[in-house]
Amino acid sequence: MKNIFKIIYLTILLLAAMHQVKAAEKVDLLKTDWSFKGLFGKFDRGSLQRGYQVYTEVCASCHSMKYLSYRNLYEKGGPEFSIEQAKAIAASFEVTDGPNDDGEMFERPAKLSDKFVMPYGNIKEAQAANGGAYPPDMSVLAKARSGGVDYIYSVLLGYEDPPSGITLEDGVYYNKYMYGNNIKMSQPLYDGSVEYNDGTEATQEQMAKDVATFLMWAAEPHLEARHKMGFKAIMYLIILTILVYFSMKKIWSRIESEV
Amino acid sequence: MSDHEYVPKSKFGKWFNDRLPLLSLASHLTDYPTPKNLNYWWTFGGILTFCLIIQIVTGLTLAMHYIAHADLAFESVEHIMRDVNYGWLIRYVHANGASMFFLAVYIHIFRSLFYGSYKSPREIIWIIGIIIYLLMMAAAFMGYVLPWGQMSFWGATVITNIFSAIPFVGEGIVTWLWGGYSVGDPTLTRFFTLHYLIPFLILGLVVLHIWALHIPGNNNPIGIDVKKPSKDTVPFHPYIVIKDGFALLMFTIVFAFFVFYSPNILGHADNYIEANPMVTPAHIVPEWYLLPFYAILRSVPDKLMGVIAMLSAIFVLAALPWLDTSKIRSAVFRPLYKQFYWILVADVLILGYVGAMPAEGVYLLIARVATAYYFIHFLIILPVLGSKEKTIPLPLSITEPVLESSLNSPIIKKKESLN
Repeated sequence: MKNIFKIIYLTILLLAAMHQVKAAEKVDLLKTDWSFKGLFGKFDRGSLQRGYQVYTEVCASCHSMKYLSYRNLYEKGGPEFSIEQAKAIAASFEVTDGPNDDGEMFERPAKLSDKFVMPYGNIKEAQAANGGAYPPDMSVLAKARSGGVDYIYSVLLGYEDPPSGITLEDGVYYNKYMYGNNIKMSQPLYDGSVEYNDGTEATQEQMAKDVATFLMWAAEPHLEARHKMGFKAIMYLIILTILVYFSMKKIWSRIESEV
Repeated sequence: MSDHEYVPKSKFGKWFNDRLPLLSLASHLTDYPTPKNLNYWWTFGGILTFCLIIQIVTGLTLAMHYIAHADLAFESVEHIMRDVNYGWLIRYVHANGASMFFLAVYIHIFRSLFYGSYKSPREIIWIIGIIIYLLMMAAAFMGYVLPWGQMSFWGATVITNIFSAIPFVGEGIVTWLWGGYSVGDPTLTRFFTLHYLIPFLILGLVVLHIWALHIPGNNNPIGIDVKKPSKDTVPFHPYIVIKDGFALLMFTIVFAFFVFYSPNILGHADNYIEANPMVTPAHIVPEWYLLPFYAILRSVPDKLMGVIAMLSAIFVLAALPWLDTSKIRSAVFRPLYKQFYWILVADVLILGYVGAMPAEGVYLLIARVATAYYFIHFLIILPVLGSKEKTIPLPLSITEPVLESSLNSPIIKKKESLN
């Protein structure tokens, strides 16, 4: 009898879990092999550097990344540009600093310690320039959408002509993977949108994968450190658990022999 | 409190102990006679203490970097995640620690339900436990508001609006709770203050919970009274300490998997979007551990009645020692109760599941049936079962599980007279 109920309960649990997964992913997202998944997952340096290139040349004209600093570009676990490269990247942007001793604000080239320069001064300005839609900040975007990087990758590749019977307003585009299928961003990536410095062929899929990888790192800059530490911590815990198990057996054997 | 008189060996020890009997307390805690047949479901008390300490330590550290201000909270959390040394680790331990805490507390509560640990003479332990559980829910809810993401903001709006169901003064109370006319900066600041306070209240109650436990001693899987100390018991140290330690390590491995390999799986993606009062998320769902109560709240069509049902679902637990009329504690000897127990477990899981789904169509129907069954279990089945159920005879002691003459047992005698 006991078993019957355990079975019933496990079945319900399983059904519930399955259903939840099904409900959460009504449209199957496009999948690609991410190097950063799994126990030892690491970012692909080349992909991160290319992803940064796609971000600056394509996305950055509308999307800010306000929580990232230029120094992050050379820090360990990221794109790992050399410190000189990172300085040069920073210096190519102008930031407003001040006030100086005369009480005036002034423009200067960005330094490593500066945050990524934002394309718009404020949200209203961003909305005004984009037909009322605010291009979301991309710093944590990869964690802020269910489906994560897979979702971003899919949306970037999900533009298609609307099915017959659906008419779209001006400035609205049809995207297979976007919630509600309507998106106010026009298709951002076409084959050859950027010319990669490392010679990789800039196909749509390649760029989408690179920029999604870059966004994952931006959202989770310590992912590599986390995976590394996690493996060590769990190995340590498993070994300690085994030792404590045998100590426990030894201690309890004093009692159990008396019974 | 101590079971035997403890006399410190050193002169200073004796001098000190006469003035503050800390050494007697330590001696009591190490010698505390514990039933030797406790299974691993009993290790969750220690695990919960560990969870509380982890939450307090990581919480203190986070509070050193967190800024409780509507304009800065989200950014300060990102600062912790990116720039504070090991900030990501501390935050992920704290965030997943809350889930682990609830996982452990649910196992702890359902262990109590299975083995009848709430029954005489342990009613006070049980009621303190329910108060701790209530405070945990309050702390967890307010903690979830602090990152000031979309779910933080809208969760806070939905939950605080519950109070508006109170007739006449409801709206006033909600405004008073918010410190304004909507959830905003004053709400965040006070939630932070209370979130900081509650764990210490819980800590105090945990001391009382353990104190109250040490008066009758632990229940055990067989559920009979144990003579202590006797050959049925073992001293707490080293036997229970090492066993709890082993279980705790196993638990920590699971905990570590969440923290290091899927730290955001138990959270909601929307909470990485900064709070925006102008945009309502498609589905507002609380954290998983509050879902069964959320389902009960939504299953009642009337707002006030829904709130009453939700609160009753918790308070009915406090009345459990008097609702369960059976004198037999452990479900091992209650064949019918055992089946109803597993149905209740399934019922609560179903409630949790429909709590995560939109409140419409078949989900609403399931939620209503499951809510009704939840109350039927506690208010009808348990009181009736106490007199109707034919229980299995109890053994005389833990070491003599083979029944010799059951009529010598006082519990059995009572049971017989009822039939």
